[in-house]
Amino acid sequence: MKFSIQVNEGPYTHEASVSALNFIKAALEAGHEVFRVFFYHDGVNNGTRYTSPPQDDINIANTWSQLAKDNNIDLVVCVAAAQRRGIVDEGEAERNGKDGNNIADGFRISGLGQLIEAGIESDRLVVFGD
Amino acid sequence: MSEIKKFCYLNRTAPYGTVYAWESLEVVLIGAAFDQDCSLVFVDDGVYQLIKGQDTTDLGIKNFSPTYSALGDYDIKKIYVEKESLEARGLTLDDLQHLVWEDEDEDWAERDSIILVTKDELAKVIDEQDVVLSF
Repeated sequence: MKFSIQVNEGPYTHEASVSALNFIKAALEAGHEVFRVFFYHDGVNNGTRYTSPPQDDINIANTWSQLAKDNNIDLVVCVAAAQRRGIVDEGEAERNGKDGNNIADGFRISGLGQLIEAGIESDRLVVFGD
Repeated sequence: MSEIKKFCYLNRTAPYGTVYAWESLEVVLIGAAFDQDCSLVFVDDGVYQLIKGQDTTDLGIKNFSPTYSALGDYDIKKIYVEKESLEARGLTLDDLQHLVWEDEDEDWAERDSIILVTKDELAKVIDEQDVVLSF
């Protein structure tokens, strides 16, 4: 089955992001395909490479990056939600006059159309949030 | 992408206090361009999103509620409101905005967009959907 995932909460405060990671790992192990992960609302905060939690804690952003790299998964951060919350890639930094970017490896910033397309292209869209 | 799917936007939260309602509406407006079969559902505190006469001046937060009246122009004709959620909050349909769409086959006559449904009827509506986006 082809899944897409929507993540509506940031790391740590809510379990949604880790639950989504666990779901995706289980789905892949069971032989399913993950077409796209779309990060919306505070979920965009999963896409910053500047998180540095204590060493005995999970680094959620890095875990997403590694998962994407190992399994060739498309991680998309909503541009409108990202602009509100200061998640910036090179192009966005230039367009909005910012002095740097913070997007983590494997993530890309794009529009809400990517979420709708994920709904159309996938057999199931699973939403992780509150 | 020729296949038309049934998209349902499930709104469960009050309009202010969290950003879910407003950012849900942003998805709806973008999604409308994809020509899918689109429904909106308002349950629990989500019914407060449709209250008429909202004034956020003292909150210092943008009042986005006028946007709902534009949904008809985006070809969104099915807005389900759960009866039990209204009743539990002492509300009736008269407390909500009058949302309409224009029927081009009937000389652009205005049609009501809001469909009042019971919990059981709503369960059937949601069951028929291909994609449910929950906010």
